Amino acid sequence: MTTACLALFAAPAWAGPDDDNLVINDELEMVTQTAAPAHLENVDTIYSGWRFRTDETQALQLDDFDNPAMIFVDQAMDLFNTVDGSEGKSCASCHESVEDFKGLHASMPKVVDGKLVVMEDLINTHRAEAMGAEPWKWSGGEMQAMVALIGLQSRGMPMNVTIDGDAAPFWEQGKEMYYTRYGQLELSCANCHEESYGKMIRADHLSQGQINGFPTYRLKQAKLISRHNRFRGCIRDTRAETFAEGSDEFRALELYVASRSNGLSIETPAVRQ
Amino acid sequence: MELTRRQMLVTSTAALASVAGLPAFASATDDLIAELTGGASLGSGAISLDTPEIAENGNTVPVSVTADGAKSITLYADGNPVPNVATFNFGPLNPTRSAATRIRLAQTQNVVAIAQMEDGSWQMAKNEVKVTIGGCGG
Amino acid sequence: MAKGVKPRVKVPKSASAGETITIKTLISHQMESGQRKDKEGNVIPRSIINRFTAEFNGQNVIDVAMEPAISTNPYFQFDSVVPESGEFTFTWYDDDGSVYTESKSIDVS
Repeated sequence: MTTACLALFAAPAWAGPDDDNLVINDELEMVTQTAAPAHLENVDTIYSGWRFRTDETQALQLDDFDNPAMIFVDQAMDLFNTVDGSEGKSCASCHESVEDFKGLHASMPKVVDGKLVVMEDLINTHRAEAMGAEPWKWSGGEMQAMVALIGLQSRGMPMNVTIDGDAAPFWEQGKEMYYTRYGQLELSCANCHEESYGKMIRADHLSQGQINGFPTYRLKQAKLISRHNRFRGCIRDTRAETFAEGSDEFRALELYVASRSNGLSIETPAVRQ
Repeated sequence: MELTRRQMLVTSTAALASVAGLPAFASATDDLIAELTGGASLGSGAISLDTPEIAENGNTVPVSVTADGAKSITLYADGNPVPNVATFNFGPLNPTRSAATRIRLAQTQNVVAIAQMEDGSWQMAKNEVKVTIGGCGG
Repeated sequence: MAKGVKPRVKVPKSASAGETITIKTLISHQMESGQRKDKEGNVIPRSIINRFTAEFNGQNVIDVAMEPAISTNPYFQFDSVVPESGEFTFTWYDDDGSVYTESKSIDVS
């Protein structure tokens, strides 16, 4: 028993991102490493979270059949064609093909009429206005499956959110949050994901905390996890009273964190631990 | 030599530690295997079990197993609350007698595969899989 | 019938007679193990898919007895020979009595 303990401690305390290359379905080449966007002062190179996972976890994303997230994308396709709400329409009644949404996810969050909106907002607003349908729960199965379906249409495209103009004040708010220490443990996002990526936190290999793969199928919950759900989890893990999913704070944080991955390929729906 | 209380404590703790080192469930799995095979001896070399060395999350651990000429293969996880995992029964149209799946492992433990061969003999393969608890995302 | 259960299978569209092909199957199912407790401390009862079979033109290819240790959204990969053209039938049996099926034809030359 003692020898086993020693072996675990002997493992490297810093093991940076690996050198693996992500090609999906043998044809879609993904950018998982690129120069950091200009606004990042302390980071030279940005890496996708895929590069920090074990070979077995990485393998699950190589093929659209093996990817466990795809079964939820299938469910979203069914929802896309299902009539819902007082207007008697389905998504398909107006949107001929889900492929019309190509590029949308890569540009979100964005400012619409002076308000910062994220994908879940667009979906629920649309359901209410165009379909007369009840809003979906933020991290519910239907919502995240649909976010994943729409996100999938941008897969392979570079993350490209706007941070200036109307977006600037929200971006600044998100940036300030990123560098603020929260909770009893007094940890900021940057403490782990900027200063310590590549290190082990207990047995977890710390990534840069990029969100280019969300909603992501997490092996832990065996389902699609939303960006806000992950933000909640992270802040809760600092032993803080965390913000709510769908809060303005998290919308701003989402814009800022997305901008940190500008240039990386959208991997939605990714597979992570 | 006088046996001091301190010496007694040290020797008995060491003895306990060496026995306590065995996972409590290992014997439960041995019993299940004996039940399956009727106590027959277990060969090795004709069955191959593929598992990750470290499972990033115990919820979804990919495993695959092959035994040329096997009628069936049974999988156990000796550290799970219930060691039985699955039994693959192969039909006549199955050429490779292999299967891959994803399983739940509650903690670091051995995954054991027992194959019943066409000729009635038995084969065993056993791999340890380290199951980690993540630091933050859990 | 368990909620939101959806099967997915991957079978090549064509093969040559006697060729070995690889099949992958997935089904969305919670696989409630019976080990978890709810907020009040009551055990959430077991509710899993307990058996999966694959047949080709009526002949068994694989028959899997499944326990709660199989992960959520059960996944299987296995091989089959295809002696002639025909149809694969995949069947999943739920603890609650429901039976889910999926079929895929294959063209064999």
